[in-house]
Amino acid sequence: MVIRSKTFRESYYEDIKLFQTVWIRVWIFLFLILLATLPLWGNPYVIYLINLSCIAVVAALGLNLLIGYTGQISLAHAAFIAIGAYTTAILSSKVGLPFWACLFASGGVAAAIGFGLGIPCLRLKGLYLAMATMSFGVVLENVLITWDKLTGGVRGINVAKISLFGYPLDSDSKIYYFLLVITVLVILGIKNLVRTRVGRAFIAIRDRDIAAEVMGVNITAYKVMAFTISSFVAGIAGGMYGYTMGYIHPEHFTLLLSIQYLAMIIVGGLGTILGSIFGAVFIILVPELIKGIARFSELLIPALKGKYNEEWNIAAFGLLIMIFLIFEAGGLHGIWGRIKTSFKNWPYTY
Amino acid sequence: MTSGFLYFMQLFASGIAVGCLYALIALGFVLIIKATDILNFAHGEIIMISAMICYFLMAKYQFSFLTAVLITIVIAALMGVLTERLVLRPMLGEPIFAVVMITIGLSIFLRSLAGITFGHDNYVFPSPFPKEPIHLAGITLSMTQIWVMVSTALLVIIFFIFFKYSRMGLAMRGTADDQETALLMGISTKRVFAMVWGIAFVTAAIAGISLANVMVVNIGLTFTAISAFPAIILGGLESIPGAIIGGLVIGVIENLVGGYLDQAIGGGVKDVTPFVVLFLILMIKPYGLFGKEEIERV
Repeated sequence: MVIRSKTFRESYYEDIKLFQTVWIRVWIFLFLILLATLPLWGNPYVIYLINLSCIAVVAALGLNLLIGYTGQISLAHAAFIAIGAYTTAILSSKVGLPFWACLFASGGVAAAIGFGLGIPCLRLKGLYLAMATMSFGVVLENVLITWDKLTGGVRGINVAKISLFGYPLDSDSKIYYFLLVITVLVILGIKNLVRTRVGRAFIAIRDRDIAAEVMGVNITAYKVMAFTISSFVAGIAGGMYGYTMGYIHPEHFTLLLSIQYLAMIIVGGLGTILGSIFGAVFIILVPELIKGIARFSELLIPALKGKYNEEWNIAAFGLLIMIFLIFEAGGLHGIWGRIKTSFKNWPYTY
Repeated sequence: MTSGFLYFMQLFASGIAVGCLYALIALGFVLIIKATDILNFAHGEIIMISAMICYFLMAKYQFSFLTAVLITIVIAALMGVLTERLVLRPMLGEPIFAVVMITIGLSIFLRSLAGITFGHDNYVFPSPFPKEPIHLAGITLSMTQIWVMVSTALLVIIFFIFFKYSRMGLAMRGTADDQETALLMGISTKRVFAMVWGIAFVTAAIAGISLANVMVVNIGLTFTAISAFPAIILGGLESIPGAIIGGLVIGVIENLVGGYLDQAIGGGVKDVTPFVVLFLILMIKPYGLFGKEEIERV
């Protein structure tokens, strides 16, 4: 009889399997059941936070595909989310298309513009790429404000409510399932993408582009593909954002939002799916954490009362980016991996 | 002179004045990129914070303009050295993405701290320059614009002399050229980096004070740094003369477009022009006029 003390992988296929062990399947199944039953017993505020996290997870996955897997710096992610959100808003409220058509159109329009941005950006690397994408974000923000016939300009624009078989999803707990299903689909999609030929090509380009080209990876095609897919996912996240908020405004999609998504993937861990999820949820929860700390310190020191405002959250994002980059480059995913290994190897932890 | 030509010259002259501001901002970016290969995204925050400090020194603590400027410059230099020591030094040898991201993190951290300390109000800087404009051969320029041009020119001359003749300047050029060889030659690259950050932050402080004289002082001053990007790209990332020329050219183009096309097409063209120029340069000549060219196929 063969006794196995650990998971052994005997072929490449086993190494890239979607679920490595039975236990992972079980845990994910239980977690999904927990999420699915949450509206029955959960607090509405928790559901609202999970809704925000779902949008963030989808957006962060798109960005991580581009930055973490392909190694292309982009500061224009908020711009693509804006494109998606505005496409959804215009198609749903002015044209009256159903939600699935709006979402696909959002992804499609964002992907088309991402394709357009990807081609001139092919020649750029590092700092140049960061500056080019950042300027794209600035220009798009100006376009959203100036082109007010289409976008409503500084007045913003309303997004029509989703109706599913004539049944409107008009509250947080109703839209919850909609967001959850899309998030799970996007996670599965990207998880599958990165274990295929395309995903391996992305990673090869990130690690060493010249070596990748020598190995026969078509850098041009794959870089543009990374931009396009990342924008497509961002567009879908934008559509989800539009439907959840019901109203969008150019101010929602500034450079700060791009930086917030960067914070998610850096804190979570670059180039990992689980990391994007951890990071997105963590960054969504940071403001709650700070509010909690503020409330607690008000109790201890009455002089601090009323000193809390939104700015502290942004300062915390900046501080988190710096701390994680200096002290824990692997992000939360790295910490999680270490904890898991030390439990697995117990008592031989080192 | 015909009135058409005069109009052109007027736009050109005020374009040069705006361009000087771009050049000042670009100078700070390029100094850091040249020596350390880091694009400091927090530059705009330093510009804004310096302007704020100078404003508060003058308005609240009743310092004279010159003393306030001197104190601001000293504070900026200290901030530069501290930033290098605390934030950038641990990142030595890390991939470029991480370094870019850490300056972005620093930028939003500083911006929100500034928002918390200084508030979000608009302040009007008590400008020491007389309000009456000056007429030169039919062209009208304000005193502030002339002072901005003069101080930019002075700063450029000082930098030229510093880099050409001083020991530290030579060490900096050596480090920018090749870090390892500079280390072997006995140059303390750590000290050079700290100095570079200090000097770059001082140029940011001067740019901030100049901007404060022509604009309202508020948190939004940070975005002026982003509008200097086209100037840096045009000049090439690693070239100091490039930064100056790029700044002047972008300033003039922006003003000419604003003067001629804004009525024809409608508002907002002026603000977007520098970025359109940026995209064009990146597509045609990605390493700018004087940048270090790295030839590679994609």
